Amino acid sequence: MHFLVAGGGPAGVTACETLRRLDPAAEITLLCGEPGEPYGRMAIPYYLIGNIDAEGTRLRKRHGYWEGLGIPLRHDRIASLVPDRDQVILEGGERLDFDRLLIATGAHPVSPPIPGIDLPGVVHCWTLEDAHAIAERADEGSKVVLMGAGFIGCIILESLVKRGVRLSVIEQGPRMVPRMLDEVAGGMLQAHCESQGVRVLTGTRAESIAESGGRLAVATSQGEIPADLVIVATGVRSNTGFLDGSGVDCDQGVLVDEHLESSRAGVFAAGDVAQGPDLLGGNRQVHAIQPTAVEHGRIAALNMAGQGARYPGSLNMNILDTLGLVSVSFGNWEGGGEHQTLSLDSRDAGRYLKLVFDDQDRLRGAIAVGHTEKVGILRGLIQSRRPLRGWRERLQRDPTRIAEAYVGAIEASA
Amino acid sequence: MAWTEKILRVNLSDKTCKEEPLNKEWAQQYLGQRGLATKYLVEEVDPKADPLGPDNKLIFATGPMTGTMASTGGRYSVITKSPLTHCVACSNSGGFIGQELKNAGWDMVIVEGEADSPLYLYIENERAELLPADEIWGTSVWHTDEWLHKRHQDPLLRIAAVGRSAEQGCLYSAVINDLHRAAGRSGVGTVMASKNLKAMAVRGTQGVGNIKDPKRFMQAVNTAKKVLADNAVTGQGLPTYGTQVLMNVINEIGALPTRNAREVQFEGANEISGEAMHEPRPSDGKPNLVTNAGCFACTIACGRISTVDKGHFSVKNKPEYWGASGGLEYEAAWALGTDTGVDDLDALTYANFICNEDGFDPISFGATVAAAMELYGRGVLTTEQTGTPFDFGSAEALVKAAEWVATGEGFGKELGLGSKRLCEKYGHPELSMTVKGQEFPAYDPRGIQGMGLTYATSNRGACHLRSYTVASEVLGIPEKTDPLTAEGKPALVKAFQDATAAVDSSGLCVFTTFAWTLEDIAPQIDAACEGEWTAARLLEMGERVWNLERRFNLAAGVSGKEDTLPKRLLDEPAATGPAKGLVSKLDEMLPEYYQLRGWSSDGEPTPETLQRLGL
Amino acid sequence: MQRALSIDPGKCTGCLQCELACSFEHTGLFNPSRSVIRVFTFHEEGRFVPYTCTQCAEAWCLQACPVDAIAINAATGAKEINEATCVGCKVCTIACPFGTVNYSQATGKVVKCDLCGGDPQCAEACPTQAITFVDADQTGLERMRHWAVKTDAAAHA
Repeated sequence: MHFLVAGGGPAGVTACETLRRLDPAAEITLLCGEPGEPYGRMAIPYYLIGNIDAEGTRLRKRHGYWEGLGIPLRHDRIASLVPDRDQVILEGGERLDFDRLLIATGAHPVSPPIPGIDLPGVVHCWTLEDAHAIAERADEGSKVVLMGAGFIGCIILESLVKRGVRLSVIEQGPRMVPRMLDEVAGGMLQAHCESQGVRVLTGTRAESIAESGGRLAVATSQGEIPADLVIVATGVRSNTGFLDGSGVDCDQGVLVDEHLESSRAGVFAAGDVAQGPDLLGGNRQVHAIQPTAVEHGRIAALNMAGQGARYPGSLNMNILDTLGLVSVSFGNWEGGGEHQTLSLDSRDAGRYLKLVFDDQDRLRGAIAVGHTEKVGILRGLIQSRRPLRGWRERLQRDPTRIAEAYVGAIEASA
Repeated sequence: MAWTEKILRVNLSDKTCKEEPLNKEWAQQYLGQRGLATKYLVEEVDPKADPLGPDNKLIFATGPMTGTMASTGGRYSVITKSPLTHCVACSNSGGFIGQELKNAGWDMVIVEGEADSPLYLYIENERAELLPADEIWGTSVWHTDEWLHKRHQDPLLRIAAVGRSAEQGCLYSAVINDLHRAAGRSGVGTVMASKNLKAMAVRGTQGVGNIKDPKRFMQAVNTAKKVLADNAVTGQGLPTYGTQVLMNVINEIGALPTRNAREVQFEGANEISGEAMHEPRPSDGKPNLVTNAGCFACTIACGRISTVDKGHFSVKNKPEYWGASGGLEYEAAWALGTDTGVDDLDALTYANFICNEDGFDPISFGATVAAAMELYGRGVLTTEQTGTPFDFGSAEALVKAAEWVATGEGFGKELGLGSKRLCEKYGHPELSMTVKGQEFPAYDPRGIQGMGLTYATSNRGACHLRSYTVASEVLGIPEKTDPLTAEGKPALVKAFQDATAAVDSSGLCVFTTFAWTLEDIAPQIDAACEGEWTAARLLEMGERVWNLERRFNLAAGVSGKEDTLPKRLLDEPAATGPAKGLVSKLDEMLPEYYQLRGWSSDGEPTPETLQRLGL
Repeated sequence: MQRALSIDPGKCTGCLQCELACSFEHTGLFNPSRSVIRVFTFHEEGRFVPYTCTQCAEAWCLQACPVDAIAINAATGAKEINEATCVGCKVCTIACPFGTVNYSQATGKVVKCDLCGGDPQCAEACPTQAITFVDADQTGLERMRHWAVKTDAAAHA
């Protein structure tokens, strides 16, 4: 049996480990698209401020870890998947046969099609290599324009400020992290950033980037902003291009079922490239987050090894620490429809909490700003689908008692 | 060292919060909490100052044990000049806010001046600010607590607040912390409200350290915890029955002041006792007591958490009172029940809830209601004045009285004056069961002679917690003395007063002394605090505190002449029980007490005494 | 046999000796805010519930960590944070459905129960035996484990 795992991110790594545990004798190959050992993108901001070195970003720290598992790392990518054979052609030209394939090829950053986007000094912040490029230019006092205040943009925002740069953030959407936070929370984030000296322009489009005398200038709908470095963090897209014509159905990502299997038998997908079941129901979704990648990797591996594991679906969730202001969101925080929303806005005290319940008093989504204590319970409540009926009135009076409600619910579940 | 060595000075007139270093020299002389804060008060407040004016100050003070793992190490005190007694007021409370203040990095908060509009003090570690409280002024402590928790979205915020009673000028209003813990006596809450300070909300995450020898400290703490666990009172009696373990005991020995102390035994005592709180109710089969509860770090856990029967008239159709909250302690059950002749446990529990909800002292309140009932019985007060029939034994009257005092409406305004001013107003000062203006609690000096001297000489007006000779005279701790004799009591009272002043200055709870002596306490303090702390030094420190308080009171104009008891206790003998035929033998005890204290026959400390104590 | 914390809320008085002991063991200070065991107070019900990590088999925190900073202590079974490796990204704090991994502003790292290396100080300090350290198969934490199964994203077919 040969398991081929394409992609050395958290999904691929977890899949390899799970496969090895289930089948000590199997042949397992891990294809890594980037040089070096598998690393976590989540660690990049900490690398940027020098808290850790490149080794500190590694997903697995022990020396000789992969040799120990008997899993060779191959630094290559799949160029194409042969339509009628269980075989891939690598970018290096070699052909590899497999019995089961896991596509865990992640995503790539996309750039807006504006003039000057390819100029030197305009970089992404996605790979360790990008991070090196940023570290070289983002010196103290230098002017940096961050295009995009989405999750990726916000996650590196703090490290840029800590490096002492003069930072301007341009976001096309109406608020910061529009896909993670609502208006109140996004507004709090913006006010907090501004209070720390970051210029934030929301509802603003970058129109072009020009260079003169080694200096960059970003033309926006709000005027021109000079820059020594422009970081583009305007979104990512799943790496599915190599699957064209392979018989694997793709939409925003590889469409997978509750076994994380694609439309083609024996081919699975996991992590940022997979568009799979959503825990809250509805259409299949790409939830490009670390916990989902790990779960995908594990469950895909169980199925690749024939264990028949069913995945109830992923839950979208994010946590950001923006210059000391921690914000989290889970699931369907937008509410609407038959959902009931409880919120408490204490923005002048640096706190905000929003809870979204369905018509059976089950938590479906949440946003919390300024809360770090026991935030994981929000996931627990959504995932367990536990009705909080007895707590409705108390939570209406004070939603911050949600942790109490949760512990009470566990108690009652005996 | 164990002190944070920082004081927060809050000036309400200027709206400023400033940090200053703790006076470490004073800390070596007065340790902390009661002693140290009294020293600050004495140095900073004119004894003649109007207690409710801007020149009075209000001090929230922790002790060096507060916030540590020493059992019961969560206490704080509120120190000020009392509007009820005009003496120094020092009200001690447990709960959780004392340790929170310490964890925020403060030994003490000194509040001075007077705000021109309602404010609350928000403390988050080194950050302290005064914020507008207009939205919570005019609301209860419980509402304030909920509002502040929501306002700051912090379930772990610890809150001390005053209720509507204090805003309305009730002279025995308390500062309530953690919903049902009270710095209860002498009107410290009234002072807080007079300054337009509604609440103090504290969050501390810095940790309490500065322990001189952490290893030795933990050993001492663990040894002392074991002493508490192995002791019958602190290990079994108090956790099971709370202080309410005493209701039947004190009734049996004929020292239970009943119906404004006209009698010394109460036929309804068992109905409102600690034992009764365990009995299932006929209505729902549940007992009054839900659980016992501990204050911060307390391994005794005497606290009562109770419910009122949902069908009881006091809470019918009021679901907000159907949940559990702080239940009856002995002195509250006595004042609300025995002293008013009410034997309805649910009514007492409800009245106690109201005392907590709107922040007033159930002892002074109950005793004032009792005095009003006697005035009513004699026809001095009429139903028109009281607003409802006010007979001894009327649970309805008790419940209404509590609700009225809570909001200051109707007869509640008069009840809020306290028993002394009420009885004087209606021409019967002799019916007020007070010393220096403060109502005495649940031990009749005719049946427990030491308590007569305790009440008469207490520096904050009548109080059991200044020298709890009940421990010796009734429970035999540390050794049994005869409650009916005056012999030896002056020395006993002095010893208890000094030791208690030491414990009250440490951050520990005086209830530990059912099991601990200063020999158990000293090693804990010594391992934590700079300097050498022996039992002898603590006792001497306690004596210094006592004399410091005494001098403040004398300077405030409260002379030795007020070291006396209500006429009833001196003239009307107990009619039943073991003390039958006895009155308080205060006149036998007082001169000897003065002598032991090194005071003149007028009750003033002699220059030699002051010098000996370094005053 | 590995041992686990067993919690009997009915015996808890809410005194927080456990929080004190936990913080003292891990930080050298008495600091309930730094304790990884937390007593919940249910005021209206008059109940106190000590709450901490069950060292669940799913190990959500460990799984979610992007830098390999959480490992299982082979002797105790505890999932332990390696402070030197943790970057403070907080992903584990949202991944743990029990909310028992938390970010510490003071250290910039996450913290969770490590069973004090096999001698949990919370159990040691508890005056009422509401918290005990017993053989894993008899613990009162069965309830939470049961809950863990319910929340398991990988329910097997």
